[in-house]
Amino acid sequence: MNQTPYAIVRQARGNARPTGLDYISNLFQGFVEFHGDRRFGDDPAIVGGVARLNGTPVTVIAIEKGHNAKERSARNFGAPNPEGYRKALRLMKQAEKFGRPVICFIDTSGANCGIGAEERGQGQAIAENLLEMTTLCVPVISLLVGEGGSGGALALAVADRVWMLENAVYSVISPEGCASILWKDAAKAETAAASLKLTAQDALALGVTDQILSEAELGKRSFYQRLQGMLWQELKALSEDPELLAKRYSRLRRMGAEALRE
Amino acid sequence: MAFINFLKPKNQLEEGGRTGVPVQQDPGEPEKICPNCRRPIPLSKLWANHLVCGCGYHFRMNARQRLAFVADQGSFRELYPRLRSEDPLGFPGYTAKLDTVRSASGETEAVICGTATLDGEACCLFVMEPYFMMGSMGSAVGEKITRLFEYAAGHRLPVIGFTVSGGARMQEGLLSLMQMAKTSAAVKRHSDAGLLYMAVLTDPTTGGVTASFAMEADITLAEPGATVGFAGARVVEQTTKKALPKGFQSAQFLLEHGFVDRIVPRQEQKTLLAELLRLHNGG
Repeated sequence: MNQTPYAIVRQARGNARPTGLDYISNLFQGFVEFHGDRRFGDDPAIVGGVARLNGTPVTVIAIEKGHNAKERSARNFGAPNPEGYRKALRLMKQAEKFGRPVICFIDTSGANCGIGAEERGQGQAIAENLLEMTTLCVPVISLLVGEGGSGGALALAVADRVWMLENAVYSVISPEGCASILWKDAAKAETAAASLKLTAQDALALGVTDQILSEAELGKRSFYQRLQGMLWQELKALSEDPELLAKRYSRLRRMGAEALRE
Repeated sequence: MAFINFLKPKNQLEEGGRTGVPVQQDPGEPEKICPNCRRPIPLSKLWANHLVCGCGYHFRMNARQRLAFVADQGSFRELYPRLRSEDPLGFPGYTAKLDTVRSASGETEAVICGTATLDGEACCLFVMEPYFMMGSMGSAVGEKITRLFEYAAGHRLPVIGFTVSGGARMQEGLLSLMQMAKTSAAVKRHSDAGLLYMAVLTDPTTGGVTASFAMEADITLAEPGATVGFAGARVVEQTTKKALPKGFQSAQFLLEHGFVDRIVPRQEQKTLLAELLRLHNGG
């Protein structure tokens, strides 16, 4: 405990933490992966499909970083391309059609930064997810399990509940990027990390996340069992809520209220 | 108007020029050099042409100038003019930066919202301000745009938005990021009410604004030469270590890749927008 925010950033990036696929295989039964966005291709950085949670069908979508160098390279280091976000949206629409809740696992340094990503409309792909997720007629829970890098993370986090692991981070820009833009010095990342208020505690105080998940026994059977129980309880409550979309709107609507003066 | 035809009476020095005193050269009308064609343009001519050079280069313009070009004269009624962001995170240097920018620009925030008519057609209008932290979106920008879409939905009005932005405002951290989702929620409600939203992307429109309301319009227009993208071109170049294709992230590039409907020169925007408003208002 009492680590600096930048130490937490480094921890969130560490490759020993469970990744998206670990959560899918430990929390759900019978995962069937679906591929492709039906527009351009299939993005290995985002994994999605259907599975069961305590026997009930759910749609799961996860950003997958990979654990070792080979996996990380194959998964583009968890940096999704537009087709990844479009695949995710396709699966969310499918969930809506068949009345399944959606559970997203987020772990990315950000949307992929590349020529092809820009050619295929990275900004438009993220924008469309934000737009559609605000009115998706099924419960959505998003969990930030590692790095929550800016718009690339938010594109899967417009949800009824946003949970963060205690050492996950969520930020508008990487501390290094912030330091190099504002102070022309990437070495000031430590200061930037503290200033950006990107830890789970900060996000809770700002109302961006609803709950912080303890990392006790992280990756162990008991950890997943605890999380599974929480997801089940929450989905049950959300599924019975007739005000789901109105509450999702007001949840977003109050973001930033404390910053405003008139 | 009379003052345009006013000619300064000649004085003796100018008439004679033989007094031994060096003649003061008439500095003439102030000019601006076009960064594209390198030719000087008299300011009055530039103004008359909506800050567009004869070669087609579109000069950057501030939000009030743009409003004056777009809205019918005297029709603009500003909404939420005093709404602003303070420094919610205690971010180093942010309060001082806001003070400097506010006094330099004369604006309280990076977007101006209101109602107006275009050729008599009523609409809600937002215009982002490039001279206020490059139109970056913090909590107040997000709130003003959200309120405008809510107002437009309540009054059953279309929305026209002129975007220019470096993206989300870092100094408000996560709260800036959340404005992307908040504005999107309001755009969606307005859209689901069957109402029209048109965006005009101007130079530059990038980052979190591109990845939210700039790319959520029913009709997306772009100004010639505008840079529009998600990641900054320099960042893409440094990350990929590849040479960028010619015209990367230009309005033309977006048109070719299917992300804008039309490129519209500034002088033609008002007429087209008004016609599109009429086309969606029973013709």
